Amino acid sequence: MQIQELFEALKKRFGDQVLELATPASGEPSVTVSAAAVQDVALFCREDSSLEFDQLMCLSGVDYPPEHLAVVYHMHSSTKHHRLILKAMVPREDPKLPTVSRVWRTANWHEREAYDLFGIVFTGHANLRRILLPQDWVGYPLRKDYVFPTEYRGIKCHD
Amino acid sequence: MPILENRFEENVVFSTVDEMINWCRLSSIWPMTFGLACCAIEMMAVGAGQYDLDRFGAGAFRATPRQSDLMIVAGTVTYKMAIRIKRLYEQMPEPKFVMALGVCASAGGPYYEHGYHVLKGVDKIIPVDIYVPGCPPRPEALFDGLLKLQEKIRHQKVLRRLTPQEKSVIDETTRKYELETQKLAPLPKEYQA
Repeated sequence: MQIQELFEALKKRFGDQVLELATPASGEPSVTVSAAAVQDVALFCREDSSLEFDQLMCLSGVDYPPEHLAVVYHMHSSTKHHRLILKAMVPREDPKLPTVSRVWRTANWHEREAYDLFGIVFTGHANLRRILLPQDWVGYPLRKDYVFPTEYRGIKCHD
Repeated sequence: MPILENRFEENVVFSTVDEMINWCRLSSIWPMTFGLACCAIEMMAVGAGQYDLDRFGAGAFRATPRQSDLMIVAGTVTYKMAIRIKRLYEQMPEPKFVMALGVCASAGGPYYEHGYHVLKGVDKIIPVDIYVPGCPPRPEALFDGLLKLQEKIRHQKVLRRLTPQEKSVIDETTRKYELETQKLAPLPKEYQA
C-alpha cells in the first residue's frame, strides 16, 4: 500500500485520533497520531489484514523544545512489503503515553531506552527502568536542555 | 637445549635479588581478560596467533583479577563501568600494573567534549603505568606499551633500601596521585618545602 492509502485506512478507523500526514520534500512521509491512541493504532496496524505491520523496526524519542517530546515508530510489514512511520507528540512537562510493548515485544527495551534518555513514561510497561545509564543517574541526557553532571559518585566529570 | 647441553662446567650466575625478582615478574605478566570497546578487538588480535602476545610471556589472560598482574583497560570507560573497574583493580594482588589502551581510556578521547557518560581518562580512578595512544592502537603499539612496561618493571626496587633521592621521587608521585584522586587537603604552609 502507498502512504496515502495507509493514511486513509487509519483515518477511516480512528477518525480524529489520526492527526496529519506529513510528506516532507526530503525524507520519508509520516503519520502523526494522538498520544493517547498509540496503543490502539499499533494493534490495528499489526492485526488488520490489509496492513499486517508485523515488525517494529525502530522506536525512538525526539526532543522538540520548548513544548514537546515525540515518540517515533518505524513499522514494516514482511508480508505486504510496505512501511509506515508513526509519530506521537507528548507535552514536555508530563510526557506520558501508552506502551506498545504488548503489541511488539521488541518495543520493551526500546521504550526503556527512550525512558532512560528522554524521560518519556510509557504507561503499562512491565519493567520501566533505566536500561543504559546507572539506576542512580540524574536527568535525561538526550534532552536538549540537559545539564552535564559535574560529579558522579565522587568522580569528577571534567577538569 | 641440545646445543648447550653438557658443554659447560657446573657454574654460578651472579646477579642481584632485585634483578632476579624483576626478571621473573616482567617475564610472566598475566593480563586480566576484559575489554570495553573496539580497543579490545585489537587486544584479542594481539593475543591470537598472528601477533602472539605469548612471545613476551604476557599471553596468559586470566579470567579473574585475583590471578592477574596487568589490567589492560581496553576501551571507553563509562561512569557505570568506572565503579566496577575500580573494584576489579582493588581485587588484584600486588604488584599490579595498569595499561590505558587507546585514547578513550587515556583521556576520554572522542568523548572528551560531549560524552556525558564517559570517564575522562581511567587515571581519574586508578593509577596508570603505561598510556598507549591510538584509536584504536595497532597491535604493535600494544606491544610497545608492554615492552615499556617490562622496562619499567626491570628497574623497580624490590628489596634494596631506596636512596633518599629515589624515595623522594616516589613519595612525590604518590602524593601527587593522592591529591588528584582522593582530594586530600594540601599540606599546611609550615610543612611545605
